[in-house]
Amino acid sequence: MAEVLVYVDHVDGAVRKPTLELLTLARRLGEPVAVALGNGAADTAATLAEHGAVKVLTHDASEYAEYLVVPKVDALQAAHEAVSPAAVLVPSSAEGKEIAARLALRIGSGIITDAVDLEAGDEGPVATQSVFAASFTTKSRVIKGTPVITVKPNSAAVEAAPAAGAVEALAVTFSDKATGTKVTARTPRESTGRPELTEAAIVVSGGRGVNGAENFSIIEALADQLGAAVGASRAAVDAGWYPHTNQVGQTGKSVSPQLYIANGISGAIQHRAGMQTSKTIVAVNKDAEAPIFELVDYGVVGDLFDVVPQLTEEIKTRKG
Amino acid sequence: MSLRIVVTVKYVPDATGDRHFADDLTVDRDDVDGLLSELDEYAVEQALQIAEDADDAEVTVLTVGPEDAKDALRKALSMGADKAIHVEDDDLHGTDAIGTSLVLAKAIEKAGFDLVVSGMASTDGTMGVVPALVAERLGVPQVTLLSEVSVEDGTVKGRRDGDAASEQLEAQLPALVSVTDQSGEARYPSFKGIMAAKKKPVESWDLSDLDIEAEEVGLEGAFTKVETAAARPARTAGTIVKDEGEGGKQLAEFLASQKFI
Ligand SMILES: Cc1cc2nc3c(=O)[nH]c(=O)nc-3n(C[C@H](O)[C@H](O)[C@H](O)COP(=O)(O)OP(=O)(O)OC[C@H]3O[C@@H](n4cnc5c(N)ncnc54)[C@H](O)[C@@H]3O)c2cc1C
Ligand SMILES: Nc1ncnc2c1ncn2[C@@H]1O[C@H](COP(=O)(O)O)[C@@H](O)[C@H]1O
Repeated sequence: MAEVLVYVDHVDGAVRKPTLELLTLARRLGEPVAVALGNGAADTAATLAEHGAVKVLTHDASEYAEYLVVPKVDALQAAHEAVSPAAVLVPSSAEGKEIAARLALRIGSGIITDAVDLEAGDEGPVATQSVFAASFTTKSRVIKGTPVITVKPNSAAVEAAPAAGAVEALAVTFSDKATGTKVTARTPRESTGRPELTEAAIVVSGGRGVNGAENFSIIEALADQLGAAVGASRAAVDAGWYPHTNQVGQTGKSVSPQLYIANGISGAIQHRAGMQTSKTIVAVNKDAEAPIFELVDYGVVGDLFDVVPQLTEEIKTRKG
Repeated sequence: MSLRIVVTVKYVPDATGDRHFADDLTVDRDDVDGLLSELDEYAVEQALQIAEDADDAEVTVLTVGPEDAKDALRKALSMGADKAIHVEDDDLHGTDAIGTSLVLAKAIEKAGFDLVVSGMASTDGTMGVVPALVAERLGVPQVTLLSEVSVEDGTVKGRRDGDAASEQLEAQLPALVSVTDQSGEARYPSFKGIMAAKKKPVESWDLSDLDIEAEEVGLEGAFTKVETAAARPARTAGTIVKDEGEGGKQLAEFLASQKFI
């Protein structure tokens, strides 16, 4: 059976959820062979095996942390040469897309980014994408070389599918370009204890209507009752009320949760671009004409300062 | 020694217009008004600031696109860029990211450069891969997705706010950078700028000027193929209630019915 390379996104050996979703998709196309790089690479093996990786190729070197992107491209290219896979799947993070693109160019292949679904086709994998702020759905194929496809978080379910997950050392020789861009300092993001925005099953967002940094505590309280991540519109971020890392939309994160709750957000096209593929959409907005209501499964026309705290309380009561 | 900066800018269909596909499943560029991609205005802005801080610098804006793409160049010139290059060729219709990066890289090499400045993503394709591809082709360091950038003594430095961490990056020129919309508001063209732009040189190049064969680009040269494109079915109209004091409770009831609580 054909092998499919899966690039592993992990933090010091802890595999991030989108990679496990990739393994689910990879199993539709062939046998997943995972590639884990950098500090803790070998520690990823058990989790990857549990989710279907037949092999885990690992390599650790200081270059992965000290230089941007290119060392990882060198390694993925080495893995591609070693395995001759039927496809290469990479999580659609900003870095993932850059790694995938450079790999595709080097191996003479086409690249598809931000797939939301993948299926095996007669002529190779078919990727579903959601374009023009999710107003269109396309199906595309890579028609030259080994398909390189980046996949958005929440595009597939994480499934247990135990496989061998045999760890093998990957031999990597870094190119002379690998050390071109030095990372001179790194400040890890402080954990809020809430789920990762792009990975969360529920996202609760606040916009200009939240009207102040201090009022975001209302949004956070609802999020915490639901075990949700907190998002923000660009208007709220630009006003300095919430960090840019939490921005949802074209120039922020693209999210696709089971449930998206927009509070005090009008629903501008650039915001919709980042949340329109959410399964269930709910909005609270005091303007009945706000475009966000065109998208909702359930909407409340009202003041968020009344509705949101009442909702939070009600959930608390119901949970007992 | 002059610092040669090339800014890559894309002409895109207006995101607030009714964007759709043409019969050949390429982006329809005829029915929707186009403009300089807003995200590339940030690239022009940072290039101008870097140029202003340098002793001697020249900013060239470069676009690959149809006839109308000149509008995007004109806008960048009126913001303050010195000259423009327009790569236009009928055979470019349908070019994908890999092909676009080839044309850009060849044009940048022909123009001569110390620094390339790109936007974080185009507002139509939103792939965010062209800068990485161009860096790979040019064989220069990629210093991408910067929310802060500066150039001093032949070194470019910047801050990249990634998913897991914020990183300080550094590379020697020649290099390619891309900047995000966090890098600082782009200036509005002044009346003087708009007038001056009319006299600034715009060079037109076609594929033969860049030694690129027609088969390498366009639909024919594409590495990917869109097989189907369908308008997303309109969402079935949801339930909308007016808060009369029980809105939060009603919403909780809905969430419970959907098993979210
Ligand atoms: C290139 C580009 C990229 C962009 N990228 C993004 C992006 O990534 N993400 C993004 O979000 N935007 C983005 N934008 C900005 C986008 O166009 C909108 O300006 C932005 O989304 C508006 O945010 P908002 O809905 O919070 O604010 P507004 O549009 O001002 O809406 C606020 C809403 O809150 C409601 N409201 C006010 N008070 C209350 C209350 N007490 N209770 C209930 N409702 C209330 C109002 O009725 C209104 O509908 C981008 C724009 C451009 C040009
Ligand atoms: N046709 C084009 N002409 C000039 N620059 C482009 C073109 N396409 C993409 N770019 C540049 O590459 C960046 C990222 O584009 P993309 O990878 O398409 O999202 C843009 O912000 C531009 O700076």
